[in-house]
Amino acid sequence: MPSKVEGWKSEAYGNEVREHILEFAEEGWDAIPEDEHDAWFERFKWWGLYHQRKGQESYFMMRIGTPNGVLEPGQLEVVADVADEYARGPVDNPEFGGAVCDWTTRQSIQLHWIKLEDIPDIWEELEAVGLSTQQACGDSWRNIVGCPVAGKDTEEFIDAWPVAEKLNERFKGNEDHTNLPRKWKVSVTGCSEGCGQGDINDLAFEPAVKEIAGEEVKGFNVRVGGGLARKEPRFARSIDVFCTPDEVGDVAGACSTLFREHGDREDRFNARIKFLVDEWGTEKFRRVLQEEFVDFDLRSAGEDLRDEYTYNAGDGEHGDHVGVHEQPDGNYYVGLSVLVGRMGADDTRELARLADEYGSGEVRITQRQNLIVTDVDSDRLDAFLDEPLLEDYSPDPHPFMRGSIACTGTEYCSLSIVETKNRQVRYARWLKENVEVPAGVEDFHIHLSGCTASCAQPQIADISLRGMKTRKDGEPVEAFDIGLGGGLGENPQFADWVEMRVAADEVPGYVENLLAVYEQRRRDGESFREFIARHEEDDLNGLAEPEETSYEDPYMHNTKMTWYPYADEDDMSASPAPTNGQGEPLPSDD
Amino acid sequence: MVTSVHQLDDGAWVSVNDSREVNVSDLWQLARSDFCGCEQADFLAEGFVEVSAAAGRVEARIAGRCIACGEEGVTDWLELGRADPESGEFRSVVPESVHVPDRRRRLATPE
Ligand code: HEM
Ligand code: SF4
Ligand SMILES: [Zn+2]
Repeated sequence: MPSKVEGWKSEAYGNEVREHILEFAEEGWDAIPEDEHDAWFERFKWWGLYHQRKGQESYFMMRIGTPNGVLEPGQLEVVADVADEYARGPVDNPEFGGAVCDWTTRQSIQLHWIKLEDIPDIWEELEAVGLSTQQACGDSWRNIVGCPVAGKDTEEFIDAWPVAEKLNERFKGNEDHTNLPRKWKVSVTGCSEGCGQGDINDLAFEPAVKEIAGEEVKGFNVRVGGGLARKEPRFARSIDVFCTPDEVGDVAGACSTLFREHGDREDRFNARIKFLVDEWGTEKFRRVLQEEFVDFDLRSAGEDLRDEYTYNAGDGEHGDHVGVHEQPDGNYYVGLSVLVGRMGADDTRELARLADEYGSGEVRITQRQNLIVTDVDSDRLDAFLDEPLLEDYSPDPHPFMRGSIACTGTEYCSLSIVETKNRQVRYARWLKENVEVPAGVEDFHIHLSGCTASCAQPQIADISLRGMKTRKDGEPVEAFDIGLGGGLGENPQFADWVEMRVAADEVPGYVENLLAVYEQRRRDGESFREFIARHEEDDLNGLAEPEETSYEDPYMHNTKMTWYPYADEDDMSASPAPTNGQGEPLPSDD
Repeated sequence: MVTSVHQLDDGAWVSVNDSREVNVSDLWQLARSDFCGCEQADFLAEGFVEVSAAAGRVEARIAGRCIACGEEGVTDWLELGRADPESGEFRSVVPESVHVPDRRRRLATPE
């Protein structure tokens, strides 16, 4: 029997939902029939609107999908303006203030506290400069990711940006691919370093070369079935297919049609394509693809470049895109570290101005929640680097600030177990002040996710933190499972989960102790990942002790039970939600 | 009225009559359960796997972990609360008090 969600989707989904949203917005929150809330909020996701958690009813997270993370000249300024005007909640966040933009691990943008009534105006402003929220959430083609410096990279094998752009044009709003069994995440990588993170996507195009009619042709090998969620992490698996850049669209369409037809619509927990690949194996997947979904002969895989992959490979060579790098055209791109990917509207607007003044106005979002200003003229580079804003968003950050990623967590997210971003900011600052960085380490990846959905991609970090609870002196407190030694590269590796249910205020002490052990016992030139890999799983458990330190954690107290963790009056009953278009509480009927 | 229940957002919460009622991240005390070896499991709810309702009684199987012993898994059927058959209004049980999971779902139509 198809799931309830499938029933709702079959009644209305995709493009048509927009008209309904516009009507509801016109009339206000109460216009959504009370017994249809669940169905409509499921459908809203397709248009990038995800309802915020309990206690925040009537407010939405809005996701803007920026293919390959590319913000064209003029777009970032509009994002800043929209955030400033519409993304303000009833209470400010103590670390970040009132109106913020989140740069996400899939090169998208998230705004919070969006009111239904404002959506038509927001869409108008965004769409006027070519930005869109279409398919940013929901069961369809999500934002396409890739190497964030595609087209600007000296290590480029093939420029993947036009390929991603074409996929975006073809599959956004495409009725044949509107209603898939589950989300569909695609990555296109063209560089020889593996920055597209194809391994953790549903469908990945990775650089490869193949001899066709006596000629070496550059193109892509195809992998399917990656993903991190639900304690069922999978790396994408090769299906032995090569395609030229021109063939990517047809092959991608065939894969997504196969998913549409064969993905599990009865059990959403089993719906992602990774489970179909588990069930079928890659040979059957390829056979069905060939027999039922393409009308040309699939090519066998070409020679890939995976042995050259350096991105997040654990040797410190190419952990991210932070810093100053020359482009093939002699200009520079400057990667800026944005701690936990969150930036206030004013800073965002200032960055847009700087990008315009010193570069082409283009800004790009990375899969490490950072920003890149591209096309900076070599003559103006030093002046750009002297800009005051770059003190806060540094191209040369401290290793702990640089490597910190955090998801949304209990601030807004229904699935969360613990507070995330503010805590990770405090962790990073404390580590910077108190912990010696092991010699040679410039970039140390700590990824913090509020639950097993793994939006912060914890399994591919040096240190992985995943939200949990434990008891301290009998009282429940927020906690983390700790994993070690994950990363990508030629042979990607998921973290081993080695310490379970560590109270949140003992995590910094654990990291301190662990790094001291690493410094003491590492072999010559051994990276942290290699050091972890050398140990048996049993020996990793207890390698270092969790410990209370001078670090103080204001969020120990089960922040999910509040309506907003940072409100003075944070009790669920003190929530103003649901509210009207002015943010005033609506009368409740009980 | 017929009580309508679903788990939504990947099991993040249970909706009863289109109102968000029960969330993940609560600790449930489970007695006489096969969930783990503990006399009383101190169970962190991480995701609602199945839900059902019959005669206003809302039940679910929940994925999560006993934070005392570390055992992970999915519980047997737990009563989450009751919806008034007339008004539809839902009264939740108190997770922190003691619950006894039941291997069989009472009556109920699955979700
Ligand atoms: C049903 C609940 C959710 C699930 C199961 C879920 C799961 C995931 C997963 C698995 C990823 C990326 C890793 C991968 O592809 O394997 C991801 C990305 C992300 N999620 Fe969630 N997520 C959920 C809800 C939310 C909500 C409510 C928010 C924020 C309010 C959020 C924020 C993010 C962010 C920031 C990313 C990276 C950006 C992107 O997808 O473009 N997630 N999510
Ligand atoms: S990892 Fe969990 S808590 Fe964090 S944003 Fe994703 S769903 Fe929410
Ligand atoms: Zn137990």
